[in-house]
Amino acid sequence: MENDKYILAIETSCDETAAAVIKNGNEIVTNVVASQIESHTRFGGVVPEIASRHHVEQVTLVIEEAMNEAQLTFADLSAIAVTAGPGLVGALLIGVNAAKALAFAHDLPLIGVHHIAGHIYANQLITELKFPLITLVVSGGHTELVYMKDHGSFEVIGETRDDAVGEAYDKVARTLKLPYPGGPQIDRLATVGAPTIELPRAWLEQDSYDFSFSGLKSAVINTLHNASQKGMELSNEDLAASFQASVIDVLVEKSKRAALEYDVKQFLLAGGVAANKGLRNKLTEQFELLEIELVIPPINLCTDNAAMIGAAAFVKLEKEQFTDYKLNGNPGLELEDE
Amino acid sequence: MKALAIDTSTYVMGVALVDDDIVLGEVITNLKKNHSLRLMPAIEQLMKEAGVHPKELQSIVVAHGPGSYTGVRIGVTTAKTLAWTLGVPLVGVSTLEVLAQNGRYFQGVVSPIFDARRGQVYTGLYGQQNNEFINFRADQICLLADWADELNRQSENVLFLGNDLSIHKDVIKAKLGEKVQFGEFCDHNPRPSELARLGLKTEPVANIHTFTPNYIRLAEAEAIWIANQKNKA
Ligand SMILES: [Zn+2]
Repeated sequence: MENDKYILAIETSCDETAAAVIKNGNEIVTNVVASQIESHTRFGGVVPEIASRHHVEQVTLVIEEAMNEAQLTFADLSAIAVTAGPGLVGALLIGVNAAKALAFAHDLPLIGVHHIAGHIYANQLITELKFPLITLVVSGGHTELVYMKDHGSFEVIGETRDDAVGEAYDKVARTLKLPYPGGPQIDRLATVGAPTIELPRAWLEQDSYDFSFSGLKSAVINTLHNASQKGMELSNEDLAASFQASVIDVLVEKSKRAALEYDVKQFLLAGGVAANKGLRNKLTEQFELLEIELVIPPINLCTDNAAMIGAAAFVKLEKEQFTDYKLNGNPGLELEDE
Repeated sequence: MKALAIDTSTYVMGVALVDDDIVLGEVITNLKKNHSLRLMPAIEQLMKEAGVHPKELQSIVVAHGPGSYTGVRIGVTTAKTLAWTLGVPLVGVSTLEVLAQNGRYFQGVVSPIFDARRGQVYTGLYGQQNNEFINFRADQICLLADWADELNRQSENVLFLGNDLSIHKDVIKAKLGEKVQFGEFCDHNPRPSELARLGLKTEPVANIHTFTPNYIRLAEAEAIWIANQKNKA
């Protein structure tokens, strides 16, 4: 008990105001998320200024809830951790400044965490990480294959050259006139429809682990357009299923190839799009055949939360990689510089 | 009572530490630099030099705007988090009221100005009444030309204060002529020790959690959305 280390973590990089208390880097004590999704729905997407305003309203409330539920005082904590980037700069600033105030008031070490490192470390809340590993990070802003030879070491071996997966989902959802947020809607329709419509798969160069989704997105738009010119009615369900099949084929194929080439002990799924059932199912089926351990966090740890930030921060706590009060929100923070 | 005052509403960053009626120290810069990066180091250094530990603070005062949305949020977030976690009262004060204090002994009325782009300004009207310096006209956003016309309809002399006045001086002069006076260059920064003084005589906020900046304006997306709803109706 005396050697237990508790971290209070804060995350405000996009449209969730979140705080969590994590014990020893792998155990969730509390995990509080205040979602703003309802206030952004009428705008059809996240409005940065509105997100920032909500964060100011919520930030101390979620921190209080996380601390109260944990039944801990600040004296019990080993550090304060916060997402330093990437994300919406105005939104990041709220968490960063709240974290600095807490660290200063209680003389606690301050740890800045990369948001994607957080998404990856959500997996540490499920199981012990075994290195080397590869993780597929898929979210509204990211599509990356990241190789980790050890804790805190991140090598991006492939990334999207244009749209992130989540972005492509949102744009296609808008084309199909589905309500915001569109990703889960497509996933739902895809289970009803059949992938009968021919759509391209962007494999890029033979040995590349990079991704590209803008061509696919355009193909969906063109297919719809051509059909309507011919007076044909395309089924939204089939289109969703075909689009999703194309996305998942590429994601899963490249994931498998990377896992084999790097001879990994584990393969992790991370990021908001990891909530996608089609992707979960295909990965599970394929990695079973490869006999490589696949870890997929539950949905509440795939979407943005502070528990994952606390898990990633623990690595830095152990290495005493603390930051001073100059810590700032950095929308372009690089994962490999972690 | 030891109080910490914080203002990051405009390019001016101000931090003051007071103990009852003694200003232990204040930091003030007027630089186009990042408040988020510099605020907490400034607070830390001032308190360290004054030998005051955060847990000794008995009140946190913050300039709640108007001003730059992002700027005000940095100060307000820092202040409300400090007040909440230290369990001390939080006081919010208008940033325009802080600036107006620089003209406290002016014979006439004081109009503090922050530029709000496209000919608009944030301003209010302050002045002496029965030996008290009070607010006459609430903080607002308006076209500077309209504001000057309005002030011209009353007889009193007007002192204008604010670092953004260089943009608006000509219009003000043309409209108000002899009635107008501008502060000296060193009168244009809102001073954090004034913020602290105002904070000590202002009622603390009832609920720290729900305390937010006084933006005065809706977020642009929200204003557009509301306008569209009205058009539809
Ligand atoms: Zn995320």
